[in-house]
Amino acid sequence: MSAGVITAIVNGEARELADGTTVAQVLEALQLPASGVAVAKNDRVVRRVALASERVENGDRIEIIKAVAGG
Amino acid sequence: MTFKIGTHEFASRLIVGTGKYPSMEIMQAAHDASGASMITVAIRRINLDDRSGKTMLDFIDRKRYAILPNTAGCYTAKEAVLTAQLARELLETDLIKLEVIGDSRTLYPDTRETIAAAEELVKDGFTVLPYIADDPTACKHLEEVGCAAVMPLAAPIGSGLGVCNPYSIRIIKELATVPVIVDAGVGTASDAAIAMELGVDALLMNTGIAAAADPVAMATAMRHAVIAGRLAFEAGRMERRLYASASSPIQNLIAAPKT
Repeated sequence: MSAGVITAIVNGEARELADGTTVAQVLEALQLPASGVAVAKNDRVVRRVALASERVENGDRIEIIKAVAGG
Repeated sequence: MTFKIGTHEFASRLIVGTGKYPSMEIMQAAHDASGASMITVAIRRINLDDRSGKTMLDFIDRKRYAILPNTAGCYTAKEAVLTAQLARELLETDLIKLEVIGDSRTLYPDTRETIAAAEELVKDGFTVLPYIADDPTACKHLEEVGCAAVMPLAAPIGSGLGVCNPYSIRIIKELATVPVIVDAGVGTASDAAIAMELGVDALLMNTGIAAAADPVAMATAMRHAVIAGRLAFEAGRMERRLYASASSPIQNLIAAPKT
Protein backbone atom coordinates (compact mmCIF):
# COMPACT_ATOMS: atom_id res chain seq x y z
CA MET A 1 0.00 0.00 0.00
CA SER A 2 1.55 3.24 -1.12
CA ALA A 3 1.12 6.43 0.86
CA GLY A 4 -2.31 8.02 0.55
CA VAL A 5 -3.92 4.91 -0.91
CA ILE A 6 -6.32 2.61 0.91
CA THR A 7 -7.99 -0.63 -0.08
CA ALA A 8 -11.73 -1.16 0.35
CA ILE A 9 -13.90 -4.11 -0.65
CA VAL A 10 -16.62 -2.81 -2.96
CA ASN A 11 -19.32 -5.39 -3.76
CA GLY A 12 -16.83 -8.13 -2.99
CA GLU A 13 -13.99 -6.70 -5.12
CA ALA A 14 -10.86 -5.12 -3.66
CA ARG A 15 -10.51 -1.52 -4.91
CA GLU A 16 -7.72 0.95 -4.33
CA LEU A 17 -8.95 4.37 -3.35
CA ALA A 18 -7.32 7.64 -2.41
CA ASP A 19 -7.16 8.14 1.33
CA GLY A 20 -10.04 10.35 2.40
CA THR A 21 -12.39 9.23 -0.37
CA THR A 22 -16.07 9.61 0.52
CA VAL A 23 -18.82 7.15 -0.35
CA ALA A 24 -20.28 9.72 -2.75
CA GLN A 25 -16.92 9.87 -4.56
CA VAL A 26 -16.88 6.07 -4.85
CA LEU A 27 -20.31 6.22 -6.56
CA GLU A 28 -19.13 9.04 -8.79
CA ALA A 29 -16.03 7.11 -9.87
CA LEU A 30 -18.25 4.15 -10.75
CA GLN A 31 -20.59 6.48 -12.67
CA LEU A 32 -23.51 5.44 -10.50
CA PRO A 33 -26.33 7.94 -9.93
CA ALA A 34 -27.00 8.15 -6.19
CA SER A 35 -30.75 8.09 -6.81
CA GLY A 36 -30.87 4.53 -8.15
CA VAL A 37 -28.71 2.92 -5.50
CA ALA A 38 -28.32 2.48 -1.76
CA VAL A 39 -25.09 1.87 0.12
CA ALA A 40 -24.02 -0.04 3.22
CA LYS A 41 -20.63 0.32 4.86
CA ASN A 42 -19.58 -2.55 7.12
CA ASP A 43 -23.16 -3.83 7.32
CA ARG A 44 -24.70 -0.46 8.19
CA VAL A 45 -26.76 1.63 5.81
CA VAL A 46 -25.16 4.94 4.82
CA ARG A 47 -28.05 7.38 4.71
CA ARG A 48 -28.43 9.28 1.47
CA VAL A 49 -27.80 12.60 3.21
CA ALA A 50 -24.52 11.24 4.63
CA LEU A 51 -23.04 9.91 1.35
CA ALA A 52 -20.94 13.01 0.74
CA SER A 53 -19.53 13.15 4.27
CA GLU A 54 -19.02 9.45 5.00
CA ARG A 55 -15.34 8.57 4.48
CA VAL A 56 -14.11 5.17 3.37
CA GLU A 57 -11.41 3.72 5.64
CA ASN A 58 -8.86 1.09 4.81
CA GLY A 59 -10.47 -2.39 4.91
CA ASP A 60 -14.08 -1.12 4.81
CA ARG A 61 -16.63 -3.32 3.13
CA ILE A 62 -18.93 -1.32 0.86
CA GLU A 63 -22.13 -2.77 -0.59
CA ILE A 64 -23.89 -0.88 -3.37
CA ILE A 65 -27.33 -2.23 -4.24
CA LYS A 66 -30.17 -1.56 -6.65
CA ALA A 67 -33.68 -2.85 -7.34
CA VAL A 68 -33.86 -5.83 -9.70
CA ALA A 69 -36.54 -8.22 -10.96
CA GLY A 70 -38.11 -10.37 -8.28
CA GLY A 71 -41.31 -11.71 -6.80
CA MET B 1 -63.04 -3.47 -2.24
CA THR B 2 -59.94 -1.72 -0.85
CA PHE B 3 -57.85 -3.39 1.81
CA LYS B 4 -55.28 -2.12 4.27
CA ILE B 5 -51.87 -3.28 5.43
CA GLY B 6 -50.84 -1.23 8.44
CA THR B 7 -51.43 2.35 7.36
CA HIS B 8 -51.19 1.55 3.64
CA GLU B 9 -54.40 1.21 1.62
CA PHE B 10 -54.69 -0.61 -1.70
CA ALA B 11 -57.40 -0.65 -4.35
CA SER B 12 -56.48 -4.08 -5.69
CA ARG B 13 -56.14 -7.32 -3.76
CA LEU B 14 -53.58 -8.59 -6.26
CA ILE B 15 -49.85 -7.96 -5.76
CA VAL B 16 -47.58 -8.88 -8.65
CA GLY B 17 -43.86 -9.41 -9.16
CA THR B 18 -41.25 -8.30 -11.67
CA GLY B 19 -39.30 -11.55 -12.08
CA LYS B 20 -38.99 -13.93 -15.04
CA TYR B 21 -40.81 -11.85 -17.68
CA PRO B 22 -39.76 -12.36 -21.33
CA SER B 23 -39.21 -8.58 -21.68
CA MET B 24 -39.70 -5.31 -19.82
CA GLU B 25 -42.44 -4.29 -22.29
CA ILE B 26 -44.42 -7.48 -21.61
CA MET B 27 -43.90 -7.00 -17.88
CA GLN B 28 -45.26 -3.46 -17.99
CA ALA B 29 -48.27 -4.55 -20.08
CA ALA B 30 -48.91 -7.41 -17.64
CA HIS B 31 -48.72 -5.07 -14.65
CA ASP B 32 -51.25 -2.82 -16.34
CA ALA B 33 -53.56 -5.75 -17.19
CA SER B 34 -53.36 -7.16 -13.65
CA GLY B 35 -54.86 -4.04 -12.12
CA ALA B 36 -52.41 -4.44 -9.24
CA SER B 37 -51.71 -1.55 -6.87
CA MET B 38 -48.44 -2.94 -5.57
CA ILE B 39 -45.42 -4.49 -7.27
CA THR B 40 -42.55 -6.46 -5.76
CA VAL B 41 -38.86 -6.01 -6.54
CA ALA B 42 -35.71 -7.73 -5.29
CA ILE B 43 -32.56 -6.05 -3.99
CA ARG B 44 -29.15 -7.05 -5.31
CA ARG B 45 -25.57 -5.84 -5.51
CA ILE B 46 -24.87 -3.66 -8.50
CA ASN B 47 -22.62 -5.16 -11.12
CA LEU B 48 -19.75 -2.66 -11.08
CA ASP B 49 -19.01 -3.27 -14.75
CA ASP B 50 -22.58 -2.54 -15.83
CA ARG B 51 -22.68 0.99 -17.22
CA SER B 52 -26.26 0.82 -18.54
CA GLY B 53 -27.44 2.67 -15.43
CA LYS B 54 -30.90 1.08 -15.69
CA THR B 55 -32.57 -0.47 -12.69
CA MET B 56 -35.99 -2.05 -12.24
CA LEU B 57 -37.23 1.31 -10.98
CA ASP B 58 -36.99 2.67 -14.53
CA PHE B 59 -39.79 0.29 -15.51
CA ILE B 60 -42.28 0.98 -12.70
CA ASP B 61 -44.50 4.05 -12.55
CA ARG B 62 -44.23 4.93 -8.89
CA LYS B 63 -47.15 7.33 -9.05
CA ARG B 64 -49.37 4.41 -9.97
CA TYR B 65 -47.87 1.51 -8.04
CA ALA B 66 -46.60 1.06 -4.51
CA ILE B 67 -43.33 -0.85 -4.41
CA LEU B 68 -42.86 -3.82 -2.12
CA PRO B 69 -39.16 -4.70 -1.91
CA ASN B 70 -38.32 -8.24 -0.84
CA THR B 71 -35.44 -9.89 0.98
CA ALA B 72 -35.42 -12.87 -1.40
CA GLY B 73 -32.16 -14.76 -1.42
CA CYS B 74 -31.46 -14.17 2.27
CA TYR B 75 -30.76 -17.21 4.43
CA THR B 76 -30.24 -15.49 7.79
CA ALA B 77 -32.09 -12.88 9.81
CA LYS B 78 -28.98 -10.68 9.74
CA GLU B 79 -28.83 -10.63 5.91
CA ALA B 80 -32.56 -10.01 5.68
CA VAL B 81 -32.47 -7.07 8.12
CA LEU B 82 -29.62 -5.34 6.24
CA THR B 83 -31.34 -5.98 2.89
CA ALA B 84 -34.58 -4.48 4.25
CA GLN B 85 -32.75 -1.42 5.58
CA LEU B 86 -31.02 -0.90 2.21
CA ALA B 87 -34.36 -1.29 0.43
CA ARG B 88 -35.91 1.35 2.68
CA GLU B 89 -33.06 3.75 1.96
CA LEU B 90 -33.34 3.12 -1.78
CA LEU B 91 -37.11 3.17 -2.13
CA GLU B 92 -38.21 5.39 0.75
CA THR B 93 -40.82 2.89 1.87
CA ASP B 94 -41.37 1.15 5.20
CA LEU B 95 -42.99 -1.81 3.43
CA ILE B 96 -40.91 -4.98 3.28
CA LYS B 97 -41.70 -8.47 2.08
CA LEU B 98 -39.61 -10.48 4.50
CA GLU B 99 -38.31 -13.68 2.97
CA VAL B 100 -35.72 -15.79 4.78
CA ILE B 101 -35.15 -19.03 2.94
CA GLY B 102 -34.25 -22.24 4.74
CA ASP B 103 -33.53 -24.51 1.81
CA SER B 104 -32.54 -23.74 -1.79
CA ARG B 105 -34.44 -26.64 -3.39
CA THR B 106 -37.84 -26.16 -1.78
CA LEU B 107 -37.40 -22.44 -1.05
CA TYR B 108 -39.29 -23.11 2.13
CA PRO B 109 -38.87 -20.32 4.67
CA ASP B 110 -36.67 -20.65 7.73
CA THR B 111 -39.31 -19.99 10.37
CA ARG B 112 -36.91 -19.27 13.23
CA GLU B 113 -34.85 -16.76 11.22
CA THR B 114 -38.01 -15.20 9.73
CA ILE B 115 -39.50 -14.54 13.17
CA ALA B 116 -36.17 -13.17 14.49
CA ALA B 117 -35.83 -10.82 11.50
CA ALA B 118 -39.49 -9.77 11.74
CA GLU B 119 -39.10 -8.79 15.37
CA GLU B 120 -36.05 -6.66 14.62
CA LEU B 121 -37.62 -5.00 11.58
CA VAL B 122 -40.85 -4.16 13.43
CA LYS B 123 -38.76 -2.50 16.17
CA ASP B 124 -36.96 -0.57 13.45
CA GLY B 125 -40.28 0.83 12.18
CA PHE B 126 -40.94 -1.39 9.17
CA THR B 127 -44.34 -2.56 7.95
CA VAL B 128 -43.40 -6.24 7.74
CA LEU B 129 -45.09 -8.71 5.39
CA PRO B 130 -43.45 -12.08 6.03
CA TYR B 131 -43.48 -14.99 3.59
CA ILE B 132 -44.05 -18.08 5.71
CA ALA B 133 -45.16 -21.71 5.52
CA ASP B 134 -48.89 -22.48 5.70
CA ASP B 135 -48.42 -22.97 9.43
CA PRO B 136 -50.98 -21.33 11.75
CA THR B 137 -48.57 -21.32 14.71
CA ALA B 138 -45.78 -19.64 12.77
CA CYS B 139 -48.29 -17.05 11.52
CA LYS B 140 -49.44 -16.43 15.10
CA HIS B 141 -45.85 -15.87 16.25
CA LEU B 142 -45.27 -13.41 13.39
CA GLU B 143 -48.40 -11.53 14.34
CA GLU B 144 -47.29 -11.44 17.98
CA VAL B 145 -43.97 -9.79 17.08
CA GLY B 146 -45.89 -7.07 15.25
CA CYS B 147 -46.06 -8.04 11.57
CA ALA B 148 -48.65 -6.01 9.65
CA ALA B 149 -49.75 -9.07 7.65
CA VAL B 150 -48.83 -12.72 7.25
CA MET B 151 -48.14 -14.32 3.88
CA PRO B 152 -48.50 -18.10 3.92
CA LEU B 153 -47.51 -19.96 0.76
CA ALA B 154 -50.13 -21.78 -1.31
CA ALA B 155 -47.42 -24.07 -2.71
CA PRO B 156 -43.63 -23.81 -3.18
CA ILE B 157 -42.40 -20.63 -4.89
CA GLY B 158 -42.62 -20.89 -8.67
CA SER B 159 -44.27 -24.35 -8.53
CA GLY B 160 -47.69 -23.37 -9.90
CA LEU B 161 -49.27 -26.18 -7.87
CA GLY B 162 -52.12 -24.06 -6.52
CA VAL B 163 -53.48 -24.10 -2.97
CA CYS B 164 -52.08 -27.40 -1.64
CA ASN B 165 -53.58 -27.12 1.83
CA PRO B 166 -56.75 -25.04 1.79
CA TYR B 167 -57.61 -26.15 5.33
CA SER B 168 -54.42 -24.65 6.77
CA ILE B 169 -55.01 -21.40 4.89
CA ARG B 170 -58.57 -21.27 6.27
CA ILE B 171 -57.34 -21.85 9.82
CA ILE B 172 -54.66 -19.17 9.41
CA LYS B 173 -57.31 -16.72 8.22
CA GLU B 174 -59.67 -17.61 11.07
CA LEU B 175 -56.98 -17.12 13.72
CA ALA B 176 -55.29 -14.03 12.27
CA THR B 177 -56.18 -10.48 13.28
CA VAL B 178 -53.90 -9.01 10.58
CA PRO B 179 -54.45 -9.38 6.83
CA VAL B 180 -53.58 -12.76 5.32
CA ILE B 181 -51.97 -12.65 1.89
CA VAL B 182 -51.42 -15.92 0.05
CA ASP B 183 -47.93 -15.70 -1.43
CA ALA B 184 -46.45 -18.16 -3.90
CA GLY B 185 -47.64 -21.25 -5.72
CA VAL B 186 -50.59 -19.94 -7.73
CA GLY B 187 -50.43 -21.36 -11.27
CA THR B 188 -53.62 -20.29 -13.00
CA ALA B 189 -56.82 -18.32 -12.53
CA SER B 190 -58.76 -21.07 -10.74
CA ASP B 191 -55.95 -21.33 -8.14
CA ALA B 192 -56.28 -17.61 -7.50
CA ALA B 193 -60.07 -17.82 -7.19
CA ILE B 194 -59.81 -20.79 -4.80
CA ALA B 195 -57.35 -18.89 -2.60
CA MET B 196 -59.59 -15.81 -2.50
CA GLU B 197 -62.71 -17.92 -1.83
CA LEU B 198 -61.02 -19.11 1.37
CA GLY B 199 -61.41 -15.54 2.61
CA VAL B 200 -57.80 -14.36 2.50
CA ASP B 201 -57.33 -10.64 2.04
CA ALA B 202 -55.01 -10.61 -0.95
CA LEU B 203 -52.78 -12.63 -3.23
CA LEU B 204 -49.15 -12.15 -4.25
CA MET B 205 -47.94 -13.86 -7.39
CA ASN B 206 -45.09 -13.66 -9.88
CA THR B 207 -44.36 -16.82 -11.87
CA GLY B 208 -48.05 -17.64 -12.41
CA ILE B 209 -48.26 -14.58 -14.64
CA ALA B 210 -44.68 -14.17 -15.87
CA ALA B 211 -44.22 -17.79 -16.96
CA ALA B 212 -47.58 -18.08 -18.76
CA ALA B 213 -47.35 -18.45 -22.54
CA ASP B 214 -49.09 -15.05 -22.76
CA PRO B 215 -48.32 -13.15 -19.54
CA VAL B 216 -50.56 -10.19 -20.40
CA ALA B 217 -53.59 -12.44 -20.99
CA MET B 218 -52.84 -14.35 -17.78
CA ALA B 219 -52.54 -11.09 -15.85
CA THR B 220 -56.03 -10.18 -17.07
CA ALA B 221 -57.28 -13.62 -16.02
CA MET B 222 -55.71 -13.25 -12.58
CA ARG B 223 -57.25 -9.82 -12.12
CA HIS B 224 -60.71 -11.26 -12.77
CA ALA B 225 -60.05 -14.39 -10.71
CA VAL B 226 -59.04 -12.38 -7.65
CA ILE B 227 -62.12 -10.18 -7.96
CA ALA B 228 -64.40 -13.18 -8.61
CA GLY B 229 -62.91 -15.17 -5.73
CA ARG B 230 -63.32 -12.28 -3.32
CA LEU B 231 -66.91 -11.63 -4.41
CA ALA B 232 -67.74 -15.33 -4.06
CA PHE B 233 -66.28 -15.34 -0.55
CA GLU B 234 -68.31 -12.27 0.40
CA ALA B 235 -71.42 -13.74 -1.22
CA GLY B 236 -71.13 -16.90 0.89
CA ARG B 237 -71.21 -20.11 -1.06
CA MET B 238 -74.03 -22.69 -0.81
CA GLU B 239 -73.51 -25.79 1.26
CA ARG B 240 -72.15 -28.82 -0.49
CA ARG B 241 -74.61 -31.74 -0.82
CA LEU B 242 -73.94 -35.33 -1.63
CA TYR B 243 -77.18 -35.80 -3.60
CA ALA B 244 -78.96 -33.72 -6.22
CA SER B 245 -81.54 -31.09 -5.39
CA ALA B 246 -83.80 -30.18 -8.32
CA SER B 247 -83.81 -26.54 -9.41
CA SER B 248 -87.18 -26.90 -11.24
CA PRO B 249 -90.49 -27.66 -9.49
CA ILE B 250 -91.13 -31.31 -8.79
CA GLN B 251 -94.94 -30.84 -8.61
CA ASN B 252 -97.46 -30.52 -11.47
CA LEU B 253 -95.43 -32.57 -13.85
CA ILE B 254 -97.07 -33.34 -17.17
CA ALA B 255 -98.42 -36.87 -17.09
CA ALA B 256 -97.85 -39.17 -20.01
CA PRO B 257 -99.32 -42.67 -20.17
CA LYS B 258 -96.92 -45.37 -19.11
CA THR B 259 -96.04 -47.63 -21.98
